[in-house]
Amino acid sequence: MIPRPIPERFRLRRTMMFMNAQKPGLIKDAYIYGVDSIILDLEDAVAENQKDAARFSLYHALKSIDYGDTEVIVRINGLDTPHWEEDIRCAVAGGADGIRIAKCESAQDVKTVEEHTLAAEREFGVTEGRTLLMAALESPKGILHAYEIGEASPRMFGVAISGGDFRKSMHVQMIPGGIEINTARSLMLLAARAAGIQCFDTMYPHLNDKEGFEAEVRQNHAMGFDGKSLINPRQIRYVHETFAPTPKEITNAEKIVRAYKEHAKSGVGVFTVDGKMVDIPFAEDAKRVITLARACGVYHGDL
Amino acid sequence: MEIQKTAMAGTLESSDAQITVEPADSGIQLSIESSVMNQYGRQIKKTAEEKLRELGITKGKVKVVDKGALDCTLKARIEAAVFRSCGVSQKNIPWGGVVR
Repeated sequence: MIPRPIPERFRLRRTMMFMNAQKPGLIKDAYIYGVDSIILDLEDAVAENQKDAARFSLYHALKSIDYGDTEVIVRINGLDTPHWEEDIRCAVAGGADGIRIAKCESAQDVKTVEEHTLAAEREFGVTEGRTLLMAALESPKGILHAYEIGEASPRMFGVAISGGDFRKSMHVQMIPGGIEINTARSLMLLAARAAGIQCFDTMYPHLNDKEGFEAEVRQNHAMGFDGKSLINPRQIRYVHETFAPTPKEITNAEKIVRAYKEHAKSGVGVFTVDGKMVDIPFAEDAKRVITLARACGVYHGDL
Repeated sequence: MEIQKTAMAGTLESSDAQITVEPADSGIQLSIESSVMNQYGRQIKKTAEEKLRELGITKGKVKVVDKGALDCTLKARIEAAVFRSCGVSQKNIPWGGVVR
């Protein structure tokens, strides 16, 4: 058995890649791509008559494959199916880092999954509270309840919008620029920040449309997302590059943090850096940039 | 456990294995086909026999068609086939018990 480190509720999750739990060829070497998180999928990728077999495959993958630093999340089937309870038992027994709740619509959905997760942790001797939770919001109701969903459990680390189902429920098609989904993205981002959790965008389905994908990633970053769901390893690098702070941003953040430390000592709260006003909120944001840059491997300084 | 009806699990895709189990009157008849028979035939046999023993299977026909599956995949597919043959593959699986 591979002992996995204790999951961190807040860690770098720029990329979360879906992998079909029923396909051994995929899950056996999912960690080599350098993705931040993999999502082993028991839901949509697994045919209805293979749900049982997928769990056996998932359990053994969790127990015997060394995923290293890659976070391992299991996407369970929706609460309106006969599968989710056993999905939770399997994921928890296998020692997954977290569970992604499909089609989450309310705080109660999160609480229901939390109850079963806790029960499974007790049943299988897993440290109580170890298994993290995230929710996929796939309907207007889910989006409008994003704040309560995010606050529903101390295990919750994030919410993600699921574009396919969401667009279906809104009777719209995917449009470049995202006019059909950007209100939902924005509402979810607001709710996630208010609840103090992370926020992830939906996967981009057109694998051969590199330009469209990259434009969406840049927009995600500009809107304030923490990361994005992916469906193919070749999408990873661009997201990592785009989400890493630029050298200019890092230099600037470094200057602000250093100046802030100097000024704080002498009791000055507001000052200027390169002719721009800086006060405490700027300093906090600069610290966040440094932390992110370090996590992305592009900052090796001493701050 | 006892193999109660014919059941199958797994696919013929690369890195997978397809397992078929059938009831039999006595003894275990294990047959193995593998794309890597020469290198891993013995290992596959050992893993399959061990897994069947852990599941408490004493009689039945078990066919393994291996496409280069890892040990963990082989075990998962055998368990899935046996649990299916007993009609108990959907719920209350003894994770960490005989499934390990």
